[in-house]
Parts: sequence; C-alpha cells; structure tokens
Amino acid sequence: MTEPFLSITGLSAVSDRENGAPILRDVSLRLERGEVRGLVGESGAGKSTIAKALLGILPRTVRVTGGAIRFEGQDLLTLKPKQLSDIMGSEISLIPQDPQTALNPGRRVESQLTDGLRMRRGLSRQAAHDKALKLLEEVHIRDPERVLKAYPHELSGGMRQRVLIAAAFALEPKLVVADEPTTALDVTVQKQILRLIRGMQKTHGTGMIFVTHDLGVVAQICDTVTLLYAGKVIEAGPTAQVLATPKHAYTKALLAAGPRYDRPTAGLEPVPQAIFDQLRAEMGIM
Amino acid sequence: MAEDLLVAKGIEVTYGGGGLFGSRGHKVLHGVDLSIKRGETIGIVGESGSGKTTFGRALLRLVNTSAGTIHFDGMDITHLPDEQMRPLRRRMQMIFQDPMASLNPRHSIRRILVEPLLFHRVASNAADAEARVMSILDRFTLPKIVLDRNPHELSGGQRQRIGIARAALLEPDFVLADEIVSGLDVSTQAQVLNLLKDLSRELGLALAFISHDLSVIRAVCDRVCVMRFGKVVEEGPCEQVFAAPQSGYTRALLDAIPLPEIDPEWLDRETLAEPSS
Repeated sequence: MTEPFLSITGLSAVSDRENGAPILRDVSLRLERGEVRGLVGESGAGKSTIAKALLGILPRTVRVTGGAIRFEGQDLLTLKPKQLSDIMGSEISLIPQDPQTALNPGRRVESQLTDGLRMRRGLSRQAAHDKALKLLEEVHIRDPERVLKAYPHELSGGMRQRVLIAAAFALEPKLVVADEPTTALDVTVQKQILRLIRGMQKTHGTGMIFVTHDLGVVAQICDTVTLLYAGKVIEAGPTAQVLATPKHAYTKALLAAGPRYDRPTAGLEPVPQAIFDQLRAEMGIM
Repeated sequence: MAEDLLVAKGIEVTYGGGGLFGSRGHKVLHGVDLSIKRGETIGIVGESGSGKTTFGRALLRLVNTSAGTIHFDGMDITHLPDEQMRPLRRRMQMIFQDPMASLNPRHSIRRILVEPLLFHRVASNAADAEARVMSILDRFTLPKIVLDRNPHELSGGQRQRIGIARAALLEPDFVLADEIVSGLDVSTQAQVLNLLKDLSRELGLALAFISHDLSVIRAVCDRVCVMRFGKVVEEGPCEQVFAAPQSGYTRALLDAIPLPEIDPEWLDRETLAEPSS
C-alpha cells in the first residue's frame, strides 16, 4: 500500500495549562491529494489543535505525547525548525478565521502578497506584482490594481478574506488548512467565499483540511469528514454517509440539535446528557 | 387578540452629526415600523450593517432617535426624560450577546441576581430576593453552587442562562435578546432557546429576538422582520415568510444557509440579490 499524502496516526497531546489534561486522544485521519476533509466538533473538540499541529504552530503549553503526522513521507513532528519553516507557508498554508486580524494593518496588500513570492520563489518585483494581480483576479476581486495598493482597513471583511485566500494559494501549496474561514462573515458572503475556496482547491488540486463547527458547511464543501469530541475521533467517513446514516449517537444528536429554517420544530432538542455521559465513559473521563 | 405592547413608527437614527461644523452625520435607520404584542416573539434578522442592533437599542431608548415615535404600553416614551424612563426600565429588559461583557466580572452570581431585585423593589427584602433567585435557578436547572461563583467560572451556556435569569427575575413586560445564542455550541443552544420560549409563554412576555441566523429565528419566533441597510424589507408570520418569502433579499438569505445534507448544486446556485462583498 502506498503511503497517503497526509496521515495523522495516534496523535495525542496534553495541555500544560490544564494540569496535563489530554486535549487530543489517539487521533488518526488521512487525506489524499485533492481531497477536502472537514474537521468538525464543538468547542474543546480539538479541531483547532489538530490544525495548529499541521501548521507547526502549537502553543508552548500544548505537549504532544505520542503519534505522528506524516506529510509526503516525512514526519512533521520530528523535523528540525529550519526544515519545518521551509515547508510551512510553501507546501502547507493557512486560511485563517479572522480576516480582521490576519493581515498586517500597516502594510499594503501588495507587499503582503508578494513577500513569499519574492523571498521563497525568487520572483523579481515585477514578476511578483504580476503574479499577485493574477491571484486577485482568480479570487474575483474586481479592481485588483486598486486593492494591491490598499491597506487592509480599506477593504470589507469579504474582500479581506479573498485576499487571504489568494495569499494561501500564492505559493501553490499542496495542502491548505482552512481554520473556520467563514465563521466571522455574513451568511451571503460566506456562500461566496465557500464557493471560491472550493473552486480554488479544485483548480489547483490542493488537499484541504477544513475546520468548522457547522455541519451545514461540511455537507456543502467537504468530501470526507472527521467528527471530534473532547479530542477524540467519534465518527469519520465520506460526508454523504456520515450525514445520512450517522453511526454514533452523538452524531445523530448533534444533527438533531441544529435549528433548520426549513423545519419549524428543529433546533429545540439539546444533546441529551446521557450521550455526554456515554462519551465520557468511553474515554474514561469522570 | 392581544394588545400591542410596543409600537415603533418611522424610527430614524443618525450617528455622529451636529458638532462644531454641523455635519449631517450618518443615518443608519431610515424609518422603521414595528409593533409587538404581549406574549409575542418577533425575530429581527439582518446582516452586518442592517441596523438590527441599533433598532433594538432604539426600542429600549438606549440610543436617541432623530425621527419617529415609540409607544410602550400606550405611553409615548420617545422623548421621555431619564427620571421618567427609570421606572419603566424594569419592565423593559435586555439580554446581551456576550454575558462575559454584560455581567460584572468582580461580582458573584448571587450579587448579580439579587441586587437588581432589591434596587427595583421587586423583592421586599433580602430573604425574599434570595428565595426568588433560588427558585429561578431550579427552574433553569442551574446548581445552587453557581451563586458563589463569578461569571468567568461558569460555562458559556450557564452564563447565558444567568443573563436570562437576571432579566426574567425582574418580571419584565418586554425583553430584547440580541444575538444571545451566537456564541454557544449547537448542543447547548437548544437549552437556551427552550428556556426563552417557555418564559415568554409563562410570563406573557413580548420578546424581540435579534439574530443573524434565520434558522434560529424559525425555532423560536412567531413573526419575523427582515432588515437590510436600515430598512425593513419584509415582515410577517414565520410560517408565511419561510414558506413563501416575498422579498428577493429574504430568499437570498435563506438560500445562503448551508443545510446539513448533500446538495450538489447548492454551492454553484447563484441567488438573486447577493450583495457584492
């Protein structure tokens, strides 16, 4: 069997801030080239911790206690900082959650888009400028010359998120980690941004880990999904299968708990305490 | 037919303006009408910049209106001076989006719940106040131990229930809830929504429920009012608006919500009235 493009095996981590409490429990998942996998769960599920581990930006208070992250044959957890920084941003990149804070407010869009192209791909100033223009056109920004000269505060939230998507794809990475990229956006803007991310991912054949708390978003853009609770994988599989025929009681309860505009009575059934008790018992948490 | 409790007509709100050079300011509400009956829950929905939060604040007289009138229980409160507003404040409560920001972090939950009861003379003495607080904790399935905790020691869902309890204890006639579940996980959100629904039924409250999320509004509201750019674009009973939205913008808002089931065409379906970002 050939090695998958990305595989996480038995990843466990504890938080030193919470007296060594486990925050990831034996997490395994894999991703093929060009696949979009949703990481979904409620607060404390560990979905963002996995995203940070993939990007090599785990906070100091989080200690990995076991497992491996293999990306194209190398274990990211054992790489030296220099090797890691060669990969991050270049082979693996991030679409962040908050378009307000992810861009440097004191620099124009152009310099933020072209830094990587010039320093890591060795493009000339002119070539980097041309490439940045093309990228902005690709993310459907209507007046790319103006946006390149703009400072982040001169752009709307949706525009900033488009710039960040352009930046994430600028160096043609093989893996993009999207960390709740539409959570801060209005619902109509969210739809445009989801369409754009999916389109870019398809065009470039990029593998993608998509972190979200919204099962609706998972349904619309993820090929496969991994559902987590308290740092443990509860259920995983093709999105259609997990949503239509969930196996675990927690998955079913979570689907029933979400309000739906097309069902007047949905959204009023909290996840029963018995299910949380069962989950904790399975994990040996009291 | 229940009577109208709160009636707003032609509300305009302008931020800024005036000052030394008499600048015109920025108008954020352009004549909004809305009436809320006793016992009725009305959802106010819109995206950022729609004016929904400003409108809610105007209803409570927390921002000044530059035009229009607000009647509460038959009384014109549009320009009522502060001293005369004060006795009405108990009857018009607000629950905020972020209980971390609205509950005093230095105060125990006991103090947060008991003090307003004594201040507004809803409770006759400290023992009465304590008894009322105990009974509502029970009702809200919150353990008594939270009384000695400070807000940051509770979970998000517990904090939001304290926010609702604080408002409900004062036996208000009208409650404004502004995005009160948007920070909660889906599994706990339903608890809060149920609680609010039961309360409005039991107390005969008029409830204005502001949210960006039409799905949540569908779960709790009788009527819905859709706002955009400081105007109401559609208003009506939920069954009607959700089944057959009249405004293209309402349709666009609905179509933009991703449902948790596979719909291969959803992503590429262009919806009318999609605002450019």
